[in-house]
Amino acid sequence: MRFALVGNPNSGKTTLFNALTGSTAHVGNWPGVTVDKREGEYKKLPENVDIIDLPGIYSLSPYTPEEVISRDFVLKENPDCIINIVDCTNLERNLYLTTQILELDIPVVVALNMGDVLEKNGDKIDVERLEKELNVPVAIISALKEKGIKELMERGYDVAKKGRKGYSPVSESEVASVLNELIALYKDVPEPLFHSVKMLESDEIEVKNYPEIAKQIKPVLEDYKSHNENFDFECAVADIRYKYITSKLSGVLTKKERKEGLTKSDKADRVLTHRIWGIPIFLVILFLTFHLTFSSNLLFIGSALGDGWVSLEGTVAEGLFGEGGIASPGVFLQNLLTWGTDSLTEAIRGGMENGAVAEWAVGFVCDGIFGGLFAVLSFLPQILLLFLFFSILEDSGYMARVAFILDRVFRKFGLSGRSFMPMIMGFGCSVPAMINTRTLSDERERTATIRVIPFFSCGAKLPILVAIAGALATGFGIGNADLITYGMYVLGMVVAILAVIIMRNTTLKGEAPPFIMELPTYHVPQFKNLMAHLWDKLKHFVKKAFTIILVSTILIWFVSHFSWNWHYLTDSEMNDSILAGIGMLLQPLFTPLGFGSQLGQYGWVFVVAAFTGLIAKENVIATFGTLASCIVAGFEANEALEGVDSVTQLISAIAGDIETTPSALIPMCIAFIAFNMLTIPCFAAVATAKAELPSKKSFNMTLVFWIVTSYIVAMMIYLIGSWWWTLFIFLALWAVVITLIVLTNKGKINLKLLKNKMSFKKRGKSDNKK
Amino acid sequence: MEKLLKDFTPKESGRVKSINGEGKIRRRLFDMGITPGVEVVMRKAAPLGDPIEITVRGYELTLRKSEAQAVVMEV
Repeated sequence: MRFALVGNPNSGKTTLFNALTGSTAHVGNWPGVTVDKREGEYKKLPENVDIIDLPGIYSLSPYTPEEVISRDFVLKENPDCIINIVDCTNLERNLYLTTQILELDIPVVVALNMGDVLEKNGDKIDVERLEKELNVPVAIISALKEKGIKELMERGYDVAKKGRKGYSPVSESEVASVLNELIALYKDVPEPLFHSVKMLESDEIEVKNYPEIAKQIKPVLEDYKSHNENFDFECAVADIRYKYITSKLSGVLTKKERKEGLTKSDKADRVLTHRIWGIPIFLVILFLTFHLTFSSNLLFIGSALGDGWVSLEGTVAEGLFGEGGIASPGVFLQNLLTWGTDSLTEAIRGGMENGAVAEWAVGFVCDGIFGGLFAVLSFLPQILLLFLFFSILEDSGYMARVAFILDRVFRKFGLSGRSFMPMIMGFGCSVPAMINTRTLSDERERTATIRVIPFFSCGAKLPILVAIAGALATGFGIGNADLITYGMYVLGMVVAILAVIIMRNTTLKGEAPPFIMELPTYHVPQFKNLMAHLWDKLKHFVKKAFTIILVSTILIWFVSHFSWNWHYLTDSEMNDSILAGIGMLLQPLFTPLGFGSQLGQYGWVFVVAAFTGLIAKENVIATFGTLASCIVAGFEANEALEGVDSVTQLISAIAGDIETTPSALIPMCIAFIAFNMLTIPCFAAVATAKAELPSKKSFNMTLVFWIVTSYIVAMMIYLIGSWWWTLFIFLALWAVVITLIVLTNKGKINLKLLKNKMSFKKRGKSDNKK
Repeated sequence: MEKLLKDFTPKESGRVKSINGEGKIRRRLFDMGITPGVEVVMRKAAPLGDPIEITVRGYELTLRKSEAQAVVMEV
């Protein structure tokens, strides 16, 4: 048997799902839909019941892609029973969805959640009476305290076996005659009542799916309208539903007289969305979130007390806490994990070498498999921690307020406040960020958001920034490492904003999407729910690490350690490898960006590093480490260099080789960072984008967009950095492009053909209009 | 007297008279409980002046002024 869990957002649906399914929950794939739904099993009935958790919805007339999933599921997958979870503290609006569910011929059981909160408020609900009024079983539960769940499931199980006939209050209204005509037209379709009411409401999807019936009923509707002073069916149906609910509730719900005053939630809201303090508070919360995850100098305690106040040198703790400061929880966990995986790798390497295993086999296992895999896994703690913080902000109801605060700003870019959440999640990891865009109602907004998410530099790109900026600052005394790193973050955001503006004016034209959203009551996030979120995330990540990432690291290892005639190469001979060959072949392509042919014989390292970044961005610096150690003379071939050192050595080697100063290579280095930040993200993110974007075409466009944007921005950085006067050429080019866009949009010129060809360029060039 | 919801000031309340416009936005307003006759209280505007927050059918809803323009109130 299969039960579907349907309810409003914030009604406690996920909590109930977790209570029902416990550890059996997993993300399932359903044919026909590209997105996953959570499913699990309830085992305390005579037969096992599959429970499917559907995205929260307000109505069966979908508004966001998430809501489409829920409607499609109940209509196409024929669940044996629908558990309709209803938040008792907000009965009126929650029951609106119920009236629509009751129109289906599917058995329904209503779960009145948060009964305990209702009682605490002093309100009373007459469950038996509500049950009689709705004519379906009603069970009062507390999903959080796991009360009443057994009864709920038993009653659901009973009705599931009996079957049900749909009911709609519209059948008893003034428009019943029109409804009956529609039902007759739908006689060969399952769920005629549901479809008829939706058609009466001129529901968009309904009209699209049944154009014949829409055409047949049109004269009837027109006739009715002309006799009833421009009767509005859409409004009338919503009105009938709400009137039905209020009439049913009149004897069911007794509200206690409230003392005038503010609830706790109101008080919290007064501070958090304060006219003046709202925005600063938000910025502080955002800063703390990232600081606790990524900082190696927690709350700047180290700097405040001066260097060396903690001396952990030589102890195990030195590696875990870092020097000069206290590591944030995120960095600490990462160090701990790296320490563990490094020890493991070394133990295995030692064991294999003692056992006289062939050199290539040692390299394959330790560098090929473990090296790559652990490099990726080392970011797991930070990604999970960031995800945990975002889950807390989301579950507490604060994220909705952030959208409320920021909507005004985002509208200027042609987006809504809601797109803030996925973008900011991009700083952690693009994968959950792209999945989160399902809450956006407008398809174009969603596409634009998915495209720019990778520009919000993720945790895995951080090592690229740190290593190269660090090399420039410490190795050559050029600039300030922190400044370069922050500057690159800002560059990513600026490019994202400009790209969105340009897209919304060219290929993804449209009004700023609407913003009508519930602001849920604040509440303390549930530990159990947070852990369930994290567990899902962890499973997803580990699965990815052991499939696509494992395969690709092995592949990279092979092509970098074998020559074209399948001869095994030691690390110091890597210049003859297949990978080097490919790198040298592609090198000229990157000449305008500064890391092409002009870098001489070692230039291919940059090209190869950028390509390995496609597997996982951590690979960029890992590749530098491996390759630098064999190129730079005087270093042990087997000893992989640390990030900053490897880049320093490599830059010196190249500068020496092509007889220039390291400072002449700065524009190239910055261009290289920018290219890696903005270009095609890692495979995992690409796969997610493919699943989340509406069509194959839009996915292909997205790939082109990433390549062109990164190429153009990196080129501008390199050229302007090397020859400042090129700035004027770029300014002139941009002026032309912007003028063309504006004139075309005003209809002054028709560039239809030209525009099609140019739209790639324009969107790509989106950045640095300096 | 008729007044548009977008012109409400904090703490002002009234009943919905009609909802103009068409398409998805209007549909969404109905689904969220803004139907003729319902009582609406304006709570506040966001720090940057827009969107606004209202109480309707016992819960908090936010919408932009441009969307609230479609809602005609009776005060």
